[in-house]
Amino acid sequence: MSWIEAIFSILVNPLFYKLMLLSATPLIFASLGGVYSESTGVTNIALEGIMLMGAFVSIVFTQITGNPWIGVLVAVIVGLGFSWLHAWASIRWSANQIVSATALIIIAQGITSFLMKPIFGHEGQTDFIGKIGDFEIPFLKKIPFIGDIFGELSPFVYIALGLVALSWFIMYKTPLGLRMRAVGENPEAADTLGIDVYKTRYFGVLMSGVLASLGGAFLSVGELGRFVENMIHGRGFIALAAMILGNWNPAGAMWAALLFGAAEAMNLQLQSSSIVSVSATVKPLFNMLPFVVTLIVVGGFIGKTRPPAADGIPYEKE
Amino acid sequence: MNRSKLYPLLVPTVAVLIALAVASVIIIVIGKNPITAYAVMIKGAFGGAEQLANTIVKMTPLVLTGLAVGFGFRAGVFNIGAEGQMAIGALIGSMVAINMGAVPSIISIPIVIITGMLGGALWASIAGFLKAFTGAHEVISTIMLNWIAANLASFMVTGPLAVGSGTPKSPEIAESAKLPIILKVQATELSIGIIIAVVVAIIMQIILERTTMGYELKGVGFNPYAAEYGGISIKKSIILTMAISGALAGMAGIIDIMGVPPHRFVGELTGGRGFDGITIALIGRNNPVGIIFAALLIAALRTGSNAMQISAQIPDDIVIIIQGIVIFLVAAERIVATIIYWKRKRGELA
Repeated sequence: MSWIEAIFSILVNPLFYKLMLLSATPLIFASLGGVYSESTGVTNIALEGIMLMGAFVSIVFTQITGNPWIGVLVAVIVGLGFSWLHAWASIRWSANQIVSATALIIIAQGITSFLMKPIFGHEGQTDFIGKIGDFEIPFLKKIPFIGDIFGELSPFVYIALGLVALSWFIMYKTPLGLRMRAVGENPEAADTLGIDVYKTRYFGVLMSGVLASLGGAFLSVGELGRFVENMIHGRGFIALAAMILGNWNPAGAMWAALLFGAAEAMNLQLQSSSIVSVSATVKPLFNMLPFVVTLIVVGGFIGKTRPPAADGIPYEKE
Repeated sequence: MNRSKLYPLLVPTVAVLIALAVASVIIIVIGKNPITAYAVMIKGAFGGAEQLANTIVKMTPLVLTGLAVGFGFRAGVFNIGAEGQMAIGALIGSMVAINMGAVPSIISIPIVIITGMLGGALWASIAGFLKAFTGAHEVISTIMLNWIAANLASFMVTGPLAVGSGTPKSPEIAESAKLPIILKVQATELSIGIIIAVVVAIIMQIILERTTMGYELKGVGFNPYAAEYGGISIKKSIILTMAISGALAGMAGIIDIMGVPPHRFVGELTGGRGFDGITIALIGRNNPVGIIFAALLIAALRTGSNAMQISAQIPDDIVIIIQGIVIFLVAAERIVATIIYWKRKRGELA
């Protein structure tokens, strides 16, 4: 079978679209988080670290309480607290946002691998702890093809898609969204108009913490049911690329996340199916692809995008 | 004015102390004694000749990755990709070093080091070009290049370079490409790598403080708009900075292979040593001499934490947490310095 036939047979298989949605879901959460933070003018490259904390904490509290939903709730609270550190350093102290976020990524890696042993008794990965089951929509399930994709899915997928719509509405149809964008474009002018620049920025960064930790929780209690060291594997950064490609717009970020999801699903399908024999030797080259795509996107080779004018610039009140 | 001279030293010292204090709280939380832990740590890093030699072996590449990141900072570029550049430097350097059989050491060592540096420089230049010409943020592009380098490295040791069975690895490098040993304490061999690293730090200090190029690069880092107005090309400066930074990281990778057994490229990324460069540059205040001492500190924490894990059963990841807290505090503390600066300046104007 030729490559073209192999790719075609994957494209007509509903499983591919389901995998695409699942691969895109953590990216949708995290890139939405990026949109909230950056549209108020604070860059947050710490998404990777916040996701890792979310993945870890949700598994820990699933273990303790036996209820994965409580795990997710605690993960969101921890994500809130963790991103508050970034907000506090970069808004209150006008810290270098890149350095402060890098610190958070390193702290998240340290804390999660440090606590693995005392909590779960071994390193590397935990046993199966528990996961949130799939959500079934019976009438949808009966429809051919569509039903195979949407009929039975992790509830996180629906939550992510719902949050995209909600975020788009907030961003473009409410006074809050207008304020956020004003603060991200021109904080001085927003300040003059009586908008509290600091509070708005805190809101943006804290929302990024909530959303990114949901993305992390999806990977652990939503998909695997266990925690694996460094399981985010660069997804936080790919989410940032999705945000850029989506032009700092919730819907755009979702489409970009779906594009990355499609690349990952295609990669998985090509490797797992015996359509094309992918030897162990070339596997790393396949695994490289999402990062190459991200590099191309960030490099601006797929259309020009423009960040909010005050993105990454600390604001100091006169 | 005396206060301002001490200030740069004060900030990282306080940051390290606070980080150690927070870490001891975490150690107490898991039910261990932080005083015993730190005692074991210090003993494990400096307690005897072998421990000390181990610390210096670990310190060698860290001086270079610290210089790589610190040099970038000075010129306004945040190179977070030392990890990947180190791997590519080690890979390209090893490929040359494997074939150096008949060449005398005096020629083969410099050639191998230079190819390693070129490998790192080229890898970093990709991010430099992207930043200069498309405005792609170097943090995201260098992180992506890290992942690509990691996959490329594992492809090379499972495919084209693979040798033997078991863990993927490249062939051993030629005898003539190994660095001479200056000290052998039991199982630990200390090569001239540390001398090379310190010499490079001194050269960097001279370039930054005594040459026009150093002045221009620092100018761009301090204020790119003013520098461009003053006739310095920002694009050229960004690419050059990235290349030099990557060359230093690549050198860290190849020196490690040339100086430390098993003298092979094993394909994994460098165990976080590229990221350690960030902590080291921040603690060393981007100053080459400061970086040497900061590298010693981080190396000591790392060798000491191994001992702590073995004899006090405390996970060695505690060092990563300490590093993270130090970076966070330095990020926030830098601003405190800025506020003091502005306050003073405003006072002068009034």
